[in-house]
Amino acid sequence: ARSQGGLGQGLLSLLSRDRLDEDTWEAIEDTLLTADVGVAPTQALVDKLRTRLRVEGGQAPDPRTVLREELVELVGTDLDRRVQVTGADGKPGVVLVVGVNGAGKTTTVGKIARILVAEDLTVTLGAADTFRAAAVDQLATWGERVGVEVVRGPEGGDPASVAFEAVKHGVENGVDTVLVDTAGRLQNKAGLMDELGKIKRVIEKQADVTEVLLVLDATTGQNGLIQARVFSEIVDVTGIVLTKLDGSAKGGIVVQVQRELGVPVKLVGLGEGPDDMAPFEASAFVDALLG
Amino acid sequence: MFATLSDRLADTFKNLRGKGRLSEADIDATAREIRIALLEADVALPVVKEFVGAVKERARSEEVSGALNPAQQIIKIVHEELVTILGGETRRLRYAKSGPTVIMLAGLQGAGKTTLAAKLARWLKDQDRTPMLVAADLQRPNAVQQLQVNGERVGVPVFAPEPGNGAGDPVEVARASIEEAKRKLHDVVIIDTAGRLGVDETLMQQAADIRDAVQPDEVLFVVDAMIGQDAVTTAQAFLDGVGYDGVVLTKLDGDARGGAALSIRSITGKPVMFASSGEKMTDFDLFHPDRMASRILDMGDMLTLIEQA
Ligand SMILES: Nc1nc2c(ncn2[C@@H]2O[C@H](COP(=O)(O)OP(=O)(O)OP(=O)(O)O)[C@@H](O)[C@H]2O)c(=O)[nH]1
Ligand SMILES: Nc1nc2c(ncn2[C@@H]2O[C@H](COP(=O)(O)OP(=O)(O)OP(=O)(O)O)[C@@H](O)[C@H]2O)c(=O)[nH]1
Ligand SMILES: [Mg+2]
Ligand SMILES: [Mg+2]
Repeated sequence: ARSQGGLGQGLLSLLSRDRLDEDTWEAIEDTLLTADVGVAPTQALVDKLRTRLRVEGGQAPDPRTVLREELVELVGTDLDRRVQVTGADGKPGVVLVVGVNGAGKTTTVGKIARILVAEDLTVTLGAADTFRAAAVDQLATWGERVGVEVVRGPEGGDPASVAFEAVKHGVENGVDTVLVDTAGRLQNKAGLMDELGKIKRVIEKQADVTEVLLVLDATTGQNGLIQARVFSEIVDVTGIVLTKLDGSAKGGIVVQVQRELGVPVKLVGLGEGPDDMAPFEASAFVDALLG
Repeated sequence: MFATLSDRLADTFKNLRGKGRLSEADIDATAREIRIALLEADVALPVVKEFVGAVKERARSEEVSGALNPAQQIIKIVHEELVTILGGETRRLRYAKSGPTVIMLAGLQGAGKTTLAAKLARWLKDQDRTPMLVAADLQRPNAVQQLQVNGERVGVPVFAPEPGNGAGDPVEVARASIEEAKRKLHDVVIIDTAGRLGVDETLMQQAADIRDAVQPDEVLFVVDAMIGQDAVTTAQAFLDGVGYDGVVLTKLDGDARGGAALSIRSITGKPVMFASSGEKMTDFDLFHPDRMASRILDMGDMLTLIEQA
């Protein structure tokens, strides 16, 4: 569970001073930078804020409102954040979960399965991380926890064929959703990224991949943007899951990700348990970021 | 994607070759570029401020050699300062005078502890030690199996009396592991623990309890090289919550700059001791401050230029 803090009291109290001096502007900048928003977006935001407050002068709305508005706009509120979990033509929806090592993919698969089961959908998990030690067992444990079937292949086997089998199983059994877990891979490893592309292509011989979720760890710094860019090139990411937001990290990197790639954050991870997942909410995210 | 610091500075100093002492305006412009480069490398803001201050100081007081381009001169100063902070007082593992040496790992979820445990065991084995791994993460699904598989891969026994997945007490397992190591004549014990957040008081207390139960010779804080500005908050929380003697930086095979190395070193004073750089058990090395300095600011090429100057 996350404490959302007040309406960004820390920073916003600075803004209510009569005159915004240079120290205040620096404090604003610092708050954004220490949330991993990044240099360029921070600069752009501060410039915009300065302009608005100058132009609108006495007419300007409360500075608190202005900053919050600008940030919410940066994170985007009008995006479709639904996760496409069902397919067309009687085929299952296929959700492919990707990301760098240790980001929280397997846990996310388990949590999403839990939500779907609660909505009375039938779910199959595909254990396409055949590489990491005990990764298949970890997913199988999640399968047991939430009561769904797991399709697994031989240890060290071809991940694409496990994914294929899982989706095939889903198609043949009229399952609503197949969630495919993949091995962690760093985006600068060309061989592993090719493998991921292949996993997706092979799945598509059976059914369309309806959603590709990139799992981003909220503690990630500026590298997160590169992750999003490269994974998007390879498998056309349709949504971000921002994990570990229950910690002290703010996850500000998604501001840049959304700004540059337009890929919306759809879900947030708030713990290690099966129910620790929530839809992304721009305003709550911004409040926590400023807090 | 980001212009490298070298490019940025070269640009700032386009017209300054052989100018000698830098003007205050030149120094300010330089400081701005260094600040941006460090922030883009994920160096924590308070550390950036302090660091840039120190570099400015030196740039002001040192005559810029006529043989060098001022940009190169500054790069050299920056590099030296980075190495000084990153390197300062490196040290090797401390072994116990009697009985097994106990090494405890701690860190955030997914940082790379379990993988590192096995890599470290393998490395110690190569140095004729007889390590034992201890499965004290009883929380993360199948963390015990993961350690067992990795232990098998490196040919090191794993003490795993509890199945995990929520069953068993990690403090008891850790305590019992010391007796087991004495019985089986292992000279190093490496304890893998569950990932935990700096803000999770209960789990942080559990880590402190494990520490108190085994009195480790070394507690190592394992941290992902991709971590951003939160590095300082988390490093400080682990320092306060459980305490540690050294730092291990993981996933250095990625393309993150790894500014956390600098942040954690300057904030906590604890040395980075090891580098983890891949998923293979051999992807493990001692930490090299000079390589890290060049990596943080992407200065590889520039350093070669300076050497040739
Ligand atoms: N606190 C917290 N921990 C999380 C969250 N999501 C995942 N974790 C933990 O992060 C660690 C890594 O999660 P995994 O699901 O194994 O990550 P992964 O991306 O599948 O890892 P690899 O398959 O090894 O690349 C585990 O200890 C999880 O329990 C979250 O939202 N909050
Ligand atoms: N590329 C790369 N991957 C690594 C490295 N170290 C660990 N990993 C991977 O990162 C993921 C997480 O590693 P673990 O060793 O399970 O991390 P942990 O800290 O034990 O995780 P929890 O127990 O869940 O908190 C796994 O997929 C590892 O294979 C590394 O140096 N480079
Ligand atoms: Mg996984
Ligand atoms: Mg572990």
